[in-house]
Amino acid sequence: MCTVCGCSEGETRIEGHAHQHSHGHSHGHEHEHSHDHGHEHHHEHSHEHSQHHNHAHEQDEAHSHQHGDGLHDYGQGAARAHAPGLSQSRMVQIEQDILGKNDQYAHANRARFEQQSILALNLVSSPGSGKTTLLTETIRRLQQRWPLAVIEGDQQTSNDADRIRATGVAAIQVNTGKGCHLDAHMVGHALASLPELEGGVLFIENVGNLVCPAAFDLGEAHKVAILSVTEGEDKPIKYPDMFHAADVMILNKTDLLPHLDFDVDACIEYARRVNPDIQVLQCSARSGEGMDDWLKWIETQRSQRIEQRIRNLQNRIDQLQAL
Amino acid sequence: MHEMSVAEGIIQVLEDQAVSQNFSRVKKVWLEIGPLASIDSDALRFCFDAVIRGTLADNASLEIIGLPGLAWCLGCGQSVAIQQRYDACPECGSYHLQVTQGDEMRIKELEVE
Repeated sequence: MCTVCGCSEGETRIEGHAHQHSHGHSHGHEHEHSHDHGHEHHHEHSHEHSQHHNHAHEQDEAHSHQHGDGLHDYGQGAARAHAPGLSQSRMVQIEQDILGKNDQYAHANRARFEQQSILALNLVSSPGSGKTTLLTETIRRLQQRWPLAVIEGDQQTSNDADRIRATGVAAIQVNTGKGCHLDAHMVGHALASLPELEGGVLFIENVGNLVCPAAFDLGEAHKVAILSVTEGEDKPIKYPDMFHAADVMILNKTDLLPHLDFDVDACIEYARRVNPDIQVLQCSARSGEGMDDWLKWIETQRSQRIEQRIRNLQNRIDQLQAL
Repeated sequence: MHEMSVAEGIIQVLEDQAVSQNFSRVKKVWLEIGPLASIDSDALRFCFDAVIRGTLADNASLEIIGLPGLAWCLGCGQSVAIQQRYDACPECGSYHLQVTQGDEMRIKELEVE
């Protein structure tokens, strides 16, 4: 997946954006890949170009000087021809985070959330943990109180966004195609299609996957890992990165505990091994038990953000008055 | 699983750097990857070799420098080596560890022309 434009293997779709965004960005990148037949990424969204390039470039290596972002690149052809004097080998120390680009987009999202006192929660879990049911139940209980919106990430279908919309709350579905996670750029695009949310809560339901979403900051205030008790209690140590990245673990479907061998204490202990500070909530979206604790947690986080913004504004007013 | 995204992220950084540091080809890339970075080095090599074709890093070699995982143990108040996030302190057995090194995922250096 292209982490610049979020275009995945060319299959990312953000509702309301259709495919346009993916054409807008990564052209330099795409051209370089499009003759590159060995793997599938990028192909679909570059259909207009790639059908010309795909085959033509296999024999025609002479195109290569145009690539490399406008630099004089004579070195990409099969002959490795270098212009004398232009191509001295040297070392460059760059010390850059590989996901730095994603982090920049995440930073921009976070700044936007802070400016508008939006509490953004990134809900992560394995598929089938009950994220969407928990979310619809949460929305049902909160929608009269604050503005809410949802960004739904799935590889395919808009089923989840449809379930959210049935509650009356705005939802944008992001289909990542073959991609295994949402990235910050996709979220930034999706935000553009959502209504005004000042002082509200944005739920980002990530692709069901306990591995990859751990590495991608979306600009959220907190990652919330949802683990249903029908899964193994050792999931936190099987997928330690995710439980380390999360601030909260919700044990969901607790109404089923009497029928299962799930060891709640062991699960919590495992989670604290990978993340000693993780907060644990237990609930059942279906029976409603424990939902109040979860809602209370959301309320506290939301209030803190608004209070922080008031303090910041008050400080600014004080500064201006002192002028 | 997300090593392909990571490999493409590397190409993006290279392309940006090519403009700012004025080079047109990348011959070798040194990465620093910690044991807690949720990156499988072999998968990353595979993806790197796939995504570099046709880019400014075509045929570039990849060197992955492993870093030791380190954590500060709140139990015994010292820096200890860890391999996984769920490791206990090798000295006192406590799980109250704060990771201080090992989740790096960085491009350290390039050989360019």
